[in-house]
Amino acid sequence: MIVLASALLNCLPAFAGLGDDVSSVLADQAHMQGALRTTQTAAYTVHEIKTPTGVTVREYASASGKVFGVAWQGPWPPDMRQVLSNYFDTYRQASQAQASSHAGRKPLVIKQPELVLESGGHMRSFNGRAYVPALLPSGVSAETIQ
Amino acid sequence: MMVKEQRVTKDEMRRVNGILAVAALLLLGVGCGGGSSSHTNSNTTSNTNTGANVQPITVNAGPAGNYANGAFTSVTVCTPGTTTCQPIDGVLVDTGSSGLRILSSALTGVTLPQQKAASGAPVVECLPFVSGFTWGPVESADVQMAGEKASSVPVQVINDTAYPVPTACANWGASQGTLSSLRANGILGVGLLAQDCGERCVSTGASNPNFYYECPASGCVVVGEALSQQVANPVALFSSDNNGVIIELPAAPNPEATLSGSLIFGIGTQSNNAIGSATKYAVDNFGNFTTVFKAPGSSTSQSYSSSFLDSGSNGLFFLTAASSGIQDCADANFFYCPTSTLGLSAVNQGAGGVGSGTVNFSVANADSLFNNFSNDTVLGELAGPNTLAGFDWGLPFFYGRNVFTAIEGKSTPSGVGPYWAY
Repeated sequence: MIVLASALLNCLPAFAGLGDDVSSVLADQAHMQGALRTTQTAAYTVHEIKTPTGVTVREYASASGKVFGVAWQGPWPPDMRQVLSNYFDTYRQASQAQASSHAGRKPLVIKQPELVLESGGHMRSFNGRAYVPALLPSGVSAETIQ
Repeated sequence: MMVKEQRVTKDEMRRVNGILAVAALLLLGVGCGGGSSSHTNSNTTSNTNTGANVQPITVNAGPAGNYANGAFTSVTVCTPGTTTCQPIDGVLVDTGSSGLRILSSALTGVTLPQQKAASGAPVVECLPFVSGFTWGPVESADVQMAGEKASSVPVQVINDTAYPVPTACANWGASQGTLSSLRANGILGVGLLAQDCGERCVSTGASNPNFYYECPASGCVVVGEALSQQVANPVALFSSDNNGVIIELPAAPNPEATLSGSLIFGIGTQSNNAIGSATKYAVDNFGNFTTVFKAPGSSTSQSYSSSFLDSGSNGLFFLTAASSGIQDCADANFFYCPTSTLGLSAVNQGAGGVGSGTVNFSVANADSLFNNFSNDTVLGELAGPNTLAGFDWGLPFFYGRNVFTAIEGKSTPSGVGPYWAY
């Protein structure tokens, strides 16, 4: 029964995250079966989700209601499609291109006009962040997202 | 210590004849109760080290070519309990992971039994790495390196097509299921961990991170995987010299075509693997220590608490261009390209205050390295951005150091693992 429930949840199409409307945070929480904690500043709101697998995901939403940044930390990565939403394909293609280029294995750093992403760590310790430069609220530094 | 039976094919026997001869002598010496003094100790230059616990490694371009700062070795895998074996070259030595993973395309000379779940269905694993995942069946192999052997080790055979990739697996990113994406014939994970997943994978439910699946004809579903069934650090399963490894590589102040060194099994178990004057660095629950660093142009030092040593990372990776003040490369912005080589230093601090020491390192212009030294694979000043969480001290850190990796739960003369020492 537990196996079945887990498999069904993995099939849910409730993907949401980076670039989406802030209301999607609730969908994320449902998908990840996580506990939610919200912190508010003048320029943005941080929604922190702790998933049952031990991964912490933070979603940064602007006053206008857009998720402009996400960050994660845990013993394994979160569901990256869930966290990156419509930017997942950009992430996957960039990581594929970097793996196939010369040099070798290293942290993943993507710096494109529409997506900035850093992903690093090792087995049992993963962390990273991503943001959409065009969605950063004025006066908010990208270094805030971590 | 027992003299171990050597089960190898004739080809393999010829290939490692020299090593085995030395190994046999050493084993006989130890067996007679007198400590052998004929072999070198850990303080001497690494590539002269020999013994039953000494596995040669080489920094070279790797089986896909064009790899920079990758340490490769040959691992012999055998059908359990038989002499049917295949040496697999071009396997990346990785202290950042645990477990042996081999591309199915490289596993041509030996058949390994498939691990089965309680239902009888095959067990298949999805293993997340930083930039993607490996997917493929868990199979059982006897694993031999130098004079050491681990029996019936669960290993991952990387194969994108044997079973359909589950959605939760594909959602981690890109598959590293081919030579061109993995850039090695396999990965030899000899890190701090005994198994790749640990307790969270033992039972199913919401807390299971979805590493292990059983795959009947109806499709793959997550399955609970006992620790003893999980893909394991093969060193931890050796009958001796099983508490950790040392990577010994000579210094490489200038770019070089290749570099030869040793992967030595055991810590304080033989006269060639004593910890000696190396400093022990304790790690936190995530296998990390703290690196304290003052970025160029910054007036204050900061602590980066998720730092680690990783022979499987091919440079020194830290901060970002914006936070370090070091320019990234125009064409490959995942490396640093300062206008002139930077001499930097940082302080590594072990968890709970166990271990502290300064690391001096240099950051050269990566474009210049690749353009001016295009035939060289040993680039000790190759560096790039990471996340803001920590320093990823990759293979260049290992040049000129003997780096000890103690496996979790294993006793050593310097305490129980996990820890690093160098």
